Amino acid sequence: MTIQVVRPGLFTTVQDLGRYGYAHLGISPSGAADPLSFRIANLLVGNDENAPALEMTLLGPTLAFEEDAVVAIAGADCDCQVDMTEAPMNTALDLAPGAVLQCGSITSGARCYLAVQGGFEVPLVMGSASTFAPGHFGGFQGRRLRKGDVLQIGRHGSFPARSLRPGSLDALRAPGRLRVTKGSQHDWFGPDAFEQLFSTAYIVGEKSDRSGLRLQGAAVRPREHSELLTDGVPLGAIQVPPDGRPIIMFVDQQTTGGYPKIANVIAADVHRVGQLRPRHEVRFAEVSIAEAIQALRSQNRWLTEIFVS
Amino acid sequence: MCDRDSDAIDTLNICKRAWPQPHRLSLAEVRDLVKLVPASDSSLLAVFGDTISPALHERVIALFQALQSGRDPRIRNLHPGYASLLIDFDPLRLTHAELSVSVQQIAHARETVVDTHVGVTTIPVCYDLDLGPDLPDVAQHAGLPPEEIVRQHSAPTYLVYFLGFSPGFVYLGGLPEPLRTPRLATPRPSIAAGSIGIADGQTGIYPVDSPGGWRLIGRTPVRMFDPEATPPTPLQPGDRMRFSPIDRATFDDMQQDLGTRHS
Repeated sequence: MTIQVVRPGLFTTVQDLGRYGYAHLGISPSGAADPLSFRIANLLVGNDENAPALEMTLLGPTLAFEEDAVVAIAGADCDCQVDMTEAPMNTALDLAPGAVLQCGSITSGARCYLAVQGGFEVPLVMGSASTFAPGHFGGFQGRRLRKGDVLQIGRHGSFPARSLRPGSLDALRAPGRLRVTKGSQHDWFGPDAFEQLFSTAYIVGEKSDRSGLRLQGAAVRPREHSELLTDGVPLGAIQVPPDGRPIIMFVDQQTTGGYPKIANVIAADVHRVGQLRPRHEVRFAEVSIAEAIQALRSQNRWLTEIFVS
Repeated sequence: MCDRDSDAIDTLNICKRAWPQPHRLSLAEVRDLVKLVPASDSSLLAVFGDTISPALHERVIALFQALQSGRDPRIRNLHPGYASLLIDFDPLRLTHAELSVSVQQIAHARETVVDTHVGVTTIPVCYDLDLGPDLPDVAQHAGLPPEEIVRQHSAPTYLVYFLGFSPGFVYLGGLPEPLRTPRLATPRPSIAAGSIGIADGQTGIYPVDSPGGWRLIGRTPVRMFDPEATPPTPLQPGDRMRFSPIDRATFDDMQQDLGTRHS
Protein backbone atom coordinates (compact mmCIF):
# COMPACT_ATOMS: atom_id res chain seq x y z
CA MET A 1 0.00 0.00 0.00
CA THR A 2 2.17 2.83 -1.21
CA ILE A 3 1.69 6.41 -2.30
CA GLN A 4 4.17 8.14 -4.63
CA VAL A 5 4.89 11.82 -4.16
CA VAL A 6 4.66 13.20 -7.71
CA ARG A 7 4.88 16.84 -6.58
CA PRO A 8 5.56 17.64 -2.92
CA GLY A 9 3.71 20.96 -2.59
CA LEU A 10 5.23 23.86 -0.70
CA PHE A 11 5.64 22.41 2.79
CA THR A 12 3.94 19.06 3.26
CA THR A 13 4.68 17.11 6.45
CA VAL A 14 3.35 14.11 8.35
CA GLN A 15 1.77 15.22 11.64
CA ASP A 16 -0.37 13.86 14.44
CA LEU A 17 -1.79 15.69 17.46
CA GLY A 18 1.65 16.28 18.95
CA ARG A 19 4.60 14.96 20.91
CA TYR A 20 4.07 15.40 24.64
CA GLY A 21 6.23 14.61 27.64
CA TYR A 22 9.58 15.93 26.38
CA ALA A 23 9.37 19.69 26.89
CA HIS A 24 11.91 19.42 29.74
CA LEU A 25 14.45 18.29 27.11
CA GLY A 26 13.68 21.30 24.91
CA ILE A 27 11.31 19.40 22.63
CA SER A 28 8.18 21.24 21.50
CA PRO A 29 4.89 19.42 20.85
CA SER A 30 4.82 20.02 17.07
CA GLY A 31 1.71 18.31 15.66
CA ALA A 32 -1.04 19.65 13.42
CA ALA A 33 -1.12 23.46 13.29
CA ASP A 34 -4.91 23.26 12.86
CA PRO A 35 -5.74 20.31 15.09
CA LEU A 36 -9.48 20.67 14.50
CA SER A 37 -9.28 20.21 10.70
CA PHE A 38 -6.76 17.44 11.27
CA ARG A 39 -9.24 15.57 13.49
CA ILE A 40 -12.10 16.15 11.03
CA ALA A 41 -10.03 14.67 8.16
CA ASN A 42 -9.21 11.57 10.22
CA LEU A 43 -12.76 11.10 11.49
CA LEU A 44 -14.13 11.35 7.92
CA VAL A 45 -12.12 8.32 6.80
CA GLY A 46 -12.90 6.42 10.01
CA ASN A 47 -9.47 6.75 11.62
CA ASP A 48 -8.57 7.38 15.20
CA GLU A 49 -8.40 11.19 15.40
CA ASN A 50 -4.67 11.07 16.19
CA ALA A 51 -3.72 8.92 13.16
CA PRO A 52 -0.75 10.32 11.20
CA ALA A 53 -1.95 12.51 8.30
CA LEU A 54 -0.41 15.02 5.90
CA GLU A 55 -0.38 18.71 6.68
CA MET A 56 -0.10 20.81 3.54
CA THR A 57 0.77 24.47 3.54
CA LEU A 58 -0.31 27.08 0.94
CA LEU A 59 0.21 24.68 -1.98
CA GLY A 60 -0.76 21.02 -1.78
CA PRO A 61 1.02 17.96 -3.21
CA THR A 62 0.22 15.62 -6.09
CA LEU A 63 0.09 12.00 -4.99
CA ALA A 64 -0.24 8.76 -6.97
CA PHE A 65 -2.00 5.89 -5.17
CA GLU A 66 -0.77 2.42 -6.09
CA GLU A 67 -3.82 0.67 -4.70
CA ASP A 68 -7.35 1.67 -3.78
CA ALA A 69 -7.63 3.95 -0.76
CA VAL A 70 -10.12 6.10 1.12
CA VAL A 71 -8.95 9.66 1.70
CA ALA A 72 -10.39 12.95 2.97
CA ILE A 73 -9.17 16.53 2.83
CA ALA A 74 -10.21 19.06 5.45
CA GLY A 75 -9.08 22.53 6.43
CA ALA A 76 -8.73 25.68 4.37
CA ASP A 77 -10.19 25.71 0.83
CA CYS A 78 -8.02 23.84 -1.64
CA ASP A 79 -8.68 23.02 -5.30
CA CYS A 80 -8.40 19.25 -5.38
CA GLN A 81 -8.72 16.92 -8.32
CA VAL A 82 -8.77 13.16 -8.61
CA ASP A 83 -7.64 12.09 -12.09
CA MET A 84 -8.24 15.63 -13.35
CA THR A 85 -11.82 15.73 -12.07
CA GLU A 86 -12.72 18.15 -9.31
CA ALA A 87 -12.98 16.40 -5.94
CA PRO A 88 -14.91 17.74 -2.95
CA MET A 89 -13.27 18.55 0.39
CA ASN A 90 -14.63 17.35 3.74
CA THR A 91 -15.82 14.14 2.12
CA ALA A 92 -14.43 10.62 2.19
CA LEU A 93 -13.24 9.87 -1.34
CA ASP A 94 -12.86 6.35 -2.71
CA LEU A 95 -9.75 6.22 -4.87
CA ALA A 96 -9.24 3.49 -7.44
CA PRO A 97 -5.83 1.84 -7.88
CA GLY A 98 -3.56 4.17 -9.84
CA ALA A 99 -5.57 7.28 -8.95
CA VAL A 100 -3.73 10.59 -8.92
CA LEU A 101 -4.82 13.13 -6.31
CA GLN A 102 -3.77 16.66 -7.10
CA CYS A 103 -4.08 19.29 -4.39
CA GLY A 104 -3.61 22.83 -5.68
CA SER A 105 -3.41 26.23 -4.04
CA ILE A 106 -4.85 26.65 -0.60
CA THR A 107 -6.94 29.78 -0.82
CA SER A 108 -8.98 30.67 2.26
CA GLY A 109 -6.41 29.96 4.98
CA ALA A 110 -2.95 28.47 5.29
CA ARG A 111 -3.28 24.71 5.71
CA CYS A 112 -5.29 21.65 4.96
CA TYR A 113 -5.01 18.01 5.93
CA LEU A 114 -5.09 14.82 3.94
CA ALA A 115 -6.08 11.75 5.92
CA VAL A 116 -5.99 8.27 4.46
CA GLN A 117 -7.95 5.38 5.93
CA GLY A 118 -5.40 3.45 8.00
CA GLY A 119 -3.19 6.51 8.50
CA PHE A 120 0.29 7.14 7.13
CA GLU A 121 2.85 4.68 8.41
CA VAL A 122 5.94 6.36 9.87
CA PRO A 123 8.16 5.34 12.78
CA LEU A 124 7.12 6.98 16.04
CA VAL A 125 9.81 9.22 17.49
CA MET A 126 9.35 9.85 21.22
CA GLY A 127 5.86 8.44 20.89
CA SER A 128 4.69 10.69 18.07
CA ALA A 129 4.47 10.72 14.26
CA SER A 130 4.77 14.51 14.12
CA THR A 131 7.50 16.09 12.02
CA PHE A 132 9.73 18.62 13.76
CA ALA A 133 11.46 19.93 10.65
CA PRO A 134 13.83 22.38 12.43
CA GLY A 135 15.28 19.44 14.41
CA HIS A 136 15.16 16.98 11.50
CA PHE A 137 13.19 14.29 13.31
CA GLY A 138 9.74 12.73 13.36
CA GLY A 139 7.25 12.22 10.55
CA PHE A 140 8.70 11.16 7.21
CA GLN A 141 12.47 11.17 7.71
CA GLY A 142 12.27 14.31 9.82
CA ARG A 143 11.50 16.59 6.89
CA ARG A 144 8.95 17.96 4.44
CA LEU A 145 8.03 15.68 1.55
CA ARG A 146 10.07 15.71 -1.64
CA LYS A 147 9.34 14.59 -5.15
CA GLY A 148 9.82 10.84 -5.44
CA ASP A 149 9.17 9.99 -1.77
CA VAL A 150 7.13 6.85 -1.23
CA LEU A 151 4.65 6.87 1.65
CA GLN A 152 3.15 3.78 3.26
CA ILE A 153 -0.43 3.41 4.44
CA GLY A 154 -0.80 2.00 7.95
CA ARG A 155 -3.54 0.34 9.96
CA HIS A 156 -4.80 2.99 12.34
CA GLY A 157 -8.49 2.50 13.19
CA SER A 158 -10.99 0.37 11.35
CA PHE A 159 -14.24 2.26 11.38
CA PRO A 160 -16.19 2.90 8.20
CA ALA A 161 -15.88 6.29 6.56
CA ARG A 162 -18.34 8.91 7.75
CA SER A 163 -19.92 12.04 6.38
CA LEU A 164 -20.57 15.50 7.73
CA ARG A 165 -23.97 17.09 8.17
CA PRO A 166 -24.45 19.71 5.42
CA GLY A 167 -23.28 23.16 6.44
CA SER A 168 -21.77 21.95 9.68
CA LEU A 169 -18.38 23.54 9.02
CA ASP A 170 -19.84 27.01 8.38
CA ALA A 171 -19.18 27.79 12.03
CA LEU A 172 -15.44 27.52 11.38
CA ARG A 173 -15.62 30.24 8.75
CA ALA A 174 -17.23 32.85 10.95
CA PRO A 175 -14.77 35.73 11.28
CA GLY A 176 -13.92 36.74 14.79
CA ARG A 177 -11.25 37.76 17.17
CA LEU A 178 -8.68 35.34 18.50
CA ARG A 179 -9.61 34.74 22.09
CA VAL A 180 -6.85 35.03 24.68
CA THR A 181 -6.47 34.69 28.42
CA LYS A 182 -3.94 36.63 30.51
CA GLY A 183 -0.34 35.48 30.06
CA SER A 184 2.34 34.52 32.58
CA GLN A 185 3.71 38.10 32.85
CA HIS A 186 0.45 39.97 32.30
CA ASP A 187 1.18 42.02 35.42
CA TRP A 188 4.25 43.51 33.69
CA PHE A 189 1.85 45.38 31.41
CA GLY A 190 -0.40 48.30 32.29
CA PRO A 191 -3.92 49.08 31.05
CA ASP A 192 -2.51 51.02 28.08
CA ALA A 193 -0.65 47.95 26.81
CA PHE A 194 -3.80 45.80 26.98
CA GLU A 195 -5.77 48.61 25.37
CA GLN A 196 -3.23 48.58 22.54
CA LEU A 197 -3.29 44.79 22.22
CA PHE A 198 -7.07 44.64 22.02
CA SER A 199 -7.65 47.66 19.78
CA THR A 200 -5.01 46.93 17.13
CA ALA A 201 -5.62 45.04 13.90
CA TYR A 202 -2.32 43.19 13.68
CA ILE A 203 -0.96 41.90 10.41
CA VAL A 204 0.75 38.51 10.26
CA GLY A 205 4.35 39.09 9.16
CA GLU A 206 6.17 37.26 6.38
CA LYS A 207 8.61 35.63 8.80
CA SER A 208 5.89 33.49 10.34
CA ASP A 209 5.90 29.73 10.45
CA ARG A 210 5.04 26.80 12.67
CA SER A 211 7.40 28.04 15.38
CA GLY A 212 5.78 31.44 15.70
CA LEU A 213 3.74 34.17 14.06
CA ARG A 214 5.32 37.61 14.08
CA LEU A 215 2.74 40.37 14.16
CA GLN A 216 3.06 43.84 12.73
CA GLY A 217 1.14 46.72 14.22
CA ALA A 218 1.10 48.97 17.25
CA ALA A 219 3.88 48.19 19.72
CA VAL A 220 2.94 46.88 23.13
CA ARG A 221 5.25 47.92 25.95
CA PRO A 222 5.66 46.73 29.52
CA ARG A 223 5.38 49.30 32.32
CA GLU A 224 9.14 49.33 32.66
CA HIS A 225 11.96 47.50 31.00
CA SER A 226 13.16 44.58 33.05
CA GLU A 227 14.92 41.35 32.22
CA LEU A 228 12.84 38.21 32.49
CA LEU A 229 14.50 35.07 33.79
CA THR A 230 14.02 32.50 31.05
CA ASP A 231 10.90 30.45 31.80
CA GLY A 232 8.57 27.95 30.14
CA VAL A 233 6.49 29.01 27.13
CA PRO A 234 2.97 27.62 26.76
CA LEU A 235 1.52 26.88 23.32
CA GLY A 236 -0.09 30.05 21.95
CA ALA A 237 1.77 32.41 24.28
CA ILE A 238 1.88 36.00 23.04
CA GLN A 239 5.44 37.10 23.71
CA VAL A 240 6.49 40.71 23.62
CA PRO A 241 10.13 41.24 22.56
CA PRO A 242 11.86 44.59 23.15
CA ASP A 243 10.53 46.06 19.87
CA GLY A 244 6.98 45.62 21.22
CA ARG A 245 5.71 43.60 18.23
CA PRO A 246 3.90 40.55 19.61
CA ILE A 247 4.84 37.02 18.56
CA ILE A 248 2.36 34.15 18.87
CA MET A 249 4.41 31.12 19.91
CA PHE A 250 3.22 28.15 17.93
CA VAL A 251 3.48 24.34 17.68
CA ASP A 252 7.20 24.15 16.78
CA GLN A 253 8.05 26.84 19.34
CA GLN A 254 10.96 27.04 21.73
CA THR A 255 9.99 25.43 25.03
CA THR A 256 11.52 28.26 27.06
CA GLY A 257 11.86 31.95 26.37
CA GLY A 258 13.10 35.18 27.85
CA TYR A 259 10.44 37.65 26.72
CA PRO A 260 7.42 38.57 28.84
CA LYS A 261 4.15 36.93 27.83
CA ILE A 262 1.22 39.31 27.96
CA ALA A 263 -1.54 36.91 26.89
CA ASN A 264 -2.16 33.41 25.58
CA VAL A 265 -4.39 32.16 22.78
CA ILE A 266 -7.03 29.80 24.19
CA ALA A 267 -6.79 26.10 23.32
CA ALA A 268 -10.10 26.23 21.43
CA ASP A 269 -8.68 28.88 19.05
CA VAL A 270 -5.30 27.26 18.31
CA HIS A 271 -6.80 25.85 15.09
CA ARG A 272 -7.49 29.40 13.91
CA VAL A 273 -3.85 30.38 14.42
CA GLY A 274 -2.96 27.44 12.16
CA GLN A 275 -5.00 29.01 9.36
CA LEU A 276 -3.36 32.44 9.53
CA ARG A 277 -1.03 33.26 6.68
CA PRO A 278 1.27 36.22 6.10
CA ARG A 279 -0.67 39.49 5.57
CA HIS A 280 -3.79 38.16 7.29
CA GLU A 281 -5.30 40.45 9.91
CA VAL A 282 -5.56 39.37 13.56
CA ARG A 283 -7.49 40.96 16.38
CA PHE A 284 -7.52 39.76 19.96
CA ALA A 285 -10.21 39.66 22.62
CA GLU A 286 -9.83 38.65 26.26
CA VAL A 287 -11.84 35.88 27.87
CA SER A 288 -11.61 34.30 31.31
CA ILE A 289 -10.02 30.90 31.84
CA ALA A 290 -13.47 29.48 32.69
CA GLU A 291 -14.81 30.77 29.37
CA ALA A 292 -11.78 29.35 27.55
CA ILE A 293 -12.31 25.89 29.02
CA GLN A 294 -16.03 26.08 28.28
CA ALA A 295 -15.18 26.92 24.66
CA LEU A 296 -12.92 23.87 24.47
CA ARG A 297 -15.65 21.61 25.87
CA SER A 298 -18.18 23.02 23.40
CA GLN A 299 -15.76 22.50 20.54
CA ASN A 300 -15.23 18.86 21.44
CA ARG A 301 -18.98 18.33 21.74
CA TRP A 302 -19.50 20.06 18.38
CA LEU A 303 -16.98 17.70 16.81
CA THR A 304 -19.07 14.70 17.87
CA GLU A 305 -22.27 16.27 16.57
CA ILE A 306 -21.27 17.28 13.05
CA PHE A 307 -21.02 13.74 11.69
CA VAL A 308 -24.01 11.86 10.31
CA SER A 309 -24.35 8.89 12.60
CA MET B 1 -14.93 12.75 30.52
CA CYS B 2 -13.48 12.34 34.00
CA ASP B 3 -15.39 13.17 37.10
CA ARG B 4 -13.96 16.26 38.71
CA ASP B 5 -14.08 15.09 42.30
CA SER B 6 -12.33 11.82 41.63
CA ASP B 7 -9.66 13.77 39.71
CA ALA B 8 -8.95 15.85 42.78
CA ILE B 9 -8.53 12.76 44.94
CA ASP B 10 -6.24 11.24 42.36
CA THR B 11 -4.02 14.28 42.38
CA LEU B 12 -3.64 14.10 46.13
CA ASN B 13 -2.83 10.41 46.03
CA ILE B 14 -0.03 11.05 43.60
CA CYS B 15 1.47 13.53 46.01
CA LYS B 16 1.25 11.09 48.88
CA ARG B 17 2.91 8.38 46.87
CA ALA B 18 5.83 10.48 45.83
CA TRP B 19 6.20 12.59 48.93
CA PRO B 20 5.71 12.23 52.66
CA GLN B 21 2.70 13.95 54.14
CA PRO B 22 3.64 17.64 54.51
CA HIS B 23 3.21 19.75 57.64
CA ARG B 24 0.24 22.03 57.59
CA LEU B 25 1.40 25.53 56.70
CA SER B 26 -0.53 28.76 56.89
CA LEU B 27 -1.72 30.37 53.66
CA ALA B 28 0.86 33.13 54.04
CA GLU B 29 3.67 30.60 54.32
CA VAL B 30 2.36 28.87 51.19
CA ARG B 31 2.41 32.08 49.20
CA ASP B 32 5.95 32.83 50.31
CA LEU B 33 7.17 29.54 48.96
CA VAL B 34 5.66 29.40 45.51
CA LYS B 35 3.56 31.79 43.45
CA LEU B 36 1.11 30.07 41.11
CA VAL B 37 0.15 31.92 37.94
CA PRO B 38 -2.28 30.54 35.35
CA ALA B 39 -0.14 30.98 32.22
CA SER B 40 -2.90 29.83 29.84
CA ASP B 41 -6.14 27.85 29.96
CA SER B 42 -4.00 24.68 29.86
CA SER B 43 -1.00 25.58 31.98
CA LEU B 44 0.11 26.75 35.39
CA LEU B 45 3.40 28.54 36.11
CA ALA B 46 4.92 27.81 39.52
CA VAL B 47 7.31 30.66 40.35
CA PHE B 48 9.82 30.22 43.18
CA GLY B 49 11.65 33.53 42.81
CA ASP B 50 13.23 35.93 40.37
CA THR B 51 16.95 35.28 40.67
CA ILE B 52 19.32 32.64 39.33
CA SER B 53 20.42 30.61 42.33
CA PRO B 54 21.06 26.92 42.96
CA ALA B 55 18.90 27.08 46.10
CA LEU B 56 15.82 28.36 44.26
CA HIS B 57 16.49 26.01 41.42
CA GLU B 58 16.50 23.07 43.80
CA ARG B 59 12.84 23.81 44.52
CA VAL B 60 12.08 23.89 40.80
CA ILE B 61 13.72 20.51 40.34
CA ALA B 62 12.04 19.02 43.42
CA LEU B 63 8.64 19.94 41.98
CA PHE B 64 9.65 18.84 38.49
CA GLN B 65 10.82 15.43 39.71
CA ALA B 66 7.79 14.90 41.93
CA LEU B 67 5.39 15.62 39.08
CA GLN B 68 7.41 13.52 36.67
CA SER B 69 7.48 10.52 38.98
CA GLY B 70 3.74 10.96 39.62
CA ARG B 71 3.09 10.06 35.95
CA ASP B 72 -0.30 11.75 36.00
CA PRO B 73 -1.64 11.27 32.46
CA ARG B 74 -3.46 14.59 32.72
CA ILE B 75 -0.11 16.42 32.91
CA ARG B 76 1.29 16.67 29.38
CA ASN B 77 4.51 18.63 29.62
CA LEU B 78 6.84 20.14 32.21
CA HIS B 79 9.05 23.13 31.35
CA PRO B 80 11.60 23.93 34.09
CA GLY B 81 13.19 27.38 33.92
CA TYR B 82 15.77 29.15 36.12
CA ALA B 83 13.34 29.76 38.97
CA SER B 84 10.00 28.42 37.76
CA LEU B 85 8.23 25.38 36.41
CA LEU B 86 5.57 25.60 33.71
CA ILE B 87 3.09 22.72 33.95
CA ASP B 88 1.07 22.01 30.82
CA PHE B 89 -2.03 19.89 31.38
CA ASP B 90 -5.31 18.73 29.86
CA PRO B 91 -7.80 21.34 31.12
CA LEU B 92 -10.77 19.06 30.46
CA ARG B 93 -9.51 16.55 33.01
CA LEU B 94 -7.65 18.69 35.54
CA THR B 95 -8.37 22.21 36.78
CA HIS B 96 -5.93 24.96 37.74
CA ALA B 97 -7.32 24.81 41.28
CA GLU B 98 -6.77 21.06 41.66
CA LEU B 99 -3.27 21.26 40.26
CA SER B 100 -2.47 24.23 42.52
CA VAL B 101 -3.34 22.17 45.59
CA SER B 102 -0.97 19.39 44.48
CA VAL B 103 1.84 21.81 43.68
CA GLN B 104 1.54 23.53 47.03
CA GLN B 105 1.67 20.22 48.87
CA ILE B 106 4.73 19.12 46.96
CA ALA B 107 6.42 22.48 47.44
CA HIS B 108 5.95 22.28 51.21
CA ALA B 109 7.22 18.77 51.49
CA ARG B 110 10.40 19.51 49.59
CA GLU B 111 12.61 20.33 52.61
CA THR B 112 12.37 16.78 53.87
CA VAL B 113 12.80 14.93 50.62
CA VAL B 114 15.20 16.77 48.30
CA ASP B 115 17.76 14.29 47.13
CA THR B 116 20.96 16.20 46.51
CA HIS B 117 22.97 13.04 46.16
CA VAL B 118 23.20 12.98 42.40
CA GLY B 119 26.10 11.87 40.26
CA VAL B 120 28.17 14.13 38.04
CA THR B 121 28.01 13.47 34.30
CA THR B 122 31.30 13.95 32.49
CA ILE B 123 31.21 15.42 29.01
CA PRO B 124 34.56 14.94 27.20
CA VAL B 125 35.79 17.97 25.26
CA CYS B 126 38.62 18.40 22.79
CA TYR B 127 39.85 22.01 23.06
CA ASP B 128 41.93 21.90 19.83
CA LEU B 129 41.99 25.10 17.85
CA ASP B 130 40.13 23.84 14.76
CA LEU B 131 37.28 22.60 16.98
CA GLY B 132 37.30 25.68 19.21
CA PRO B 133 38.42 28.51 16.94
CA ASP B 134 37.52 31.28 19.42
CA LEU B 135 39.71 29.96 22.25
CA PRO B 136 42.44 32.56 21.50
CA ASP B 137 39.84 35.38 21.64
CA VAL B 138 38.50 34.15 24.96
CA ALA B 139 42.08 33.87 26.27
CA GLN B 140 42.92 37.37 25.09
CA HIS B 141 39.71 38.78 26.57
CA ALA B 142 40.51 37.14 29.91
CA GLY B 143 44.21 38.08 29.75
CA LEU B 144 45.12 34.43 30.34
CA PRO B 145 46.95 31.81 28.28
CA PRO B 146 44.68 29.37 26.36
CA GLU B 147 45.79 26.45 28.58
CA GLU B 148 44.50 28.33 31.60
CA ILE B 149 41.11 28.85 29.88
CA VAL B 150 40.91 25.10 29.29
CA ARG B 151 41.89 24.40 32.90
CA GLN B 152 39.31 26.82 34.30
CA HIS B 153 36.55 25.69 31.93
CA SER B 154 37.03 22.04 32.85
CA ALA B 155 37.49 22.66 36.60
CA PRO B 156 33.99 23.38 37.98
CA THR B 157 30.98 21.16 38.45
CA TYR B 158 28.23 22.87 36.48
CA LEU B 159 24.53 22.78 37.28
CA VAL B 160 22.10 21.98 34.45
CA TYR B 161 19.43 24.59 35.17
CA PHE B 162 17.17 23.46 32.35
CA LEU B 163 17.03 22.52 28.67
CA GLY B 164 15.37 24.84 26.18
CA PHE B 165 15.91 27.00 23.10
CA SER B 166 16.24 23.85 20.97
CA PRO B 167 16.10 20.08 21.66
CA GLY B 168 18.91 19.11 24.02
CA PHE B 169 20.26 22.63 24.57
CA VAL B 170 21.46 22.88 28.20
CA TYR B 171 21.50 26.07 30.26
CA LEU B 172 24.49 25.62 32.57
CA GLY B 173 25.36 27.57 35.68
CA GLY B 174 28.85 27.89 37.11
CA LEU B 175 31.11 29.37 34.44
CA PRO B 176 34.20 30.86 36.15
CA GLU B 177 33.98 34.67 36.04
CA PRO B 178 37.29 35.25 34.13
CA LEU B 179 35.92 33.25 31.17
CA ARG B 180 32.99 35.60 30.65
CA THR B 181 33.23 36.81 27.02
CA PRO B 182 30.69 38.65 24.84
CA ARG B 183 29.06 36.90 21.89
CA LEU B 184 30.42 37.29 18.36
CA ALA B 185 29.26 40.47 16.69
CA THR B 186 28.24 38.43 13.65
CA PRO B 187 26.85 34.93 14.30
CA ARG B 188 28.30 32.04 12.30
CA PRO B 189 25.89 30.62 9.70
CA SER B 190 26.76 27.08 10.67
CA ILE B 191 28.16 25.49 13.81
CA ALA B 192 28.87 21.77 14.17
CA ALA B 193 26.87 19.72 16.67
CA GLY B 194 28.81 19.22 19.91
CA SER B 195 30.52 22.62 19.77
CA ILE B 196 31.12 24.14 23.20
CA GLY B 197 30.64 27.88 23.40
CA ILE B 198 30.73 30.85 25.74
CA ALA B 199 28.27 33.74 25.59
CA ASP B 200 28.68 36.36 28.29
CA GLY B 201 28.45 34.49 31.59
CA GLN B 202 27.08 31.30 30.08
CA THR B 203 28.66 28.22 28.62
CA GLY B 204 26.75 25.67 26.56
CA ILE B 205 26.86 22.96 23.93
CA TYR B 206 25.26 23.13 20.49
CA PRO B 207 23.22 19.90 20.35
CA VAL B 208 22.68 19.93 16.57
CA ASP B 209 24.27 21.73 13.62
CA SER B 210 22.88 25.26 13.69
CA PRO B 211 23.78 28.92 13.22
CA GLY B 212 24.91 30.77 16.34
CA GLY B 213 26.92 33.55 17.91
CA TRP B 214 28.61 31.89 20.86
CA ARG B 215 32.43 31.92 21.12
CA LEU B 216 33.52 28.37 20.34
CA ILE B 217 36.26 26.91 22.54
CA GLY B 218 36.02 23.17 21.88
CA ARG B 219 33.84 20.28 20.83
CA THR B 220 32.48 17.10 22.40
CA PRO B 221 32.09 13.84 20.46
CA VAL B 222 29.06 12.99 22.65
CA ARG B 223 25.69 13.41 20.96
CA MET B 224 23.82 15.92 23.10
CA PHE B 225 20.58 15.17 21.29
CA ASP B 226 19.63 11.92 19.61
CA PRO B 227 15.89 11.58 18.90
CA GLU B 228 16.24 7.78 18.58
CA ALA B 229 18.01 7.32 21.94
CA THR B 230 16.36 6.71 25.32
CA PRO B 231 16.67 9.19 26.89
CA PRO B 232 17.26 11.46 23.88
CA THR B 233 19.69 13.69 25.82
CA PRO B 234 22.60 12.70 28.11
CA LEU B 235 21.75 15.55 30.51
CA GLN B 236 18.50 16.23 32.35
CA PRO B 237 17.32 19.32 34.24
CA GLY B 238 18.93 19.36 37.70
CA ASP B 239 21.93 17.23 36.70
CA ARG B 240 25.48 18.14 37.68
CA MET B 241 28.10 17.95 34.93
CA ARG B 242 31.80 18.52 34.26
CA PHE B 243 33.82 19.06 31.10
CA SER B 244 36.78 16.74 30.83
CA PRO B 245 39.60 17.59 28.38
CA ILE B 246 40.48 14.89 25.83
CA ASP B 247 43.15 14.87 23.12
CA ARG B 248 42.46 14.79 19.42
CA ALA B 249 43.06 11.05 19.02
CA THR B 250 40.50 10.26 21.73
CA PHE B 251 38.03 12.72 20.17
CA ASP B 252 38.41 11.09 16.75
CA ASP B 253 38.06 7.58 18.20
CA MET B 254 34.97 8.49 20.19
CA GLN B 255 33.38 10.28 17.29
CA GLN B 256 33.98 7.31 15.04
CA ASP B 257 32.55 4.94 17.67
CA LEU B 258 29.47 7.04 18.21
CA GLY B 259 29.08 7.60 14.49
CA THR B 260 29.10 3.87 13.80
CA ARG B 261 26.68 3.18 16.59
CA HIS B 262 24.21 5.73 15.33
CA SER B 263 24.45 5.14 11.62
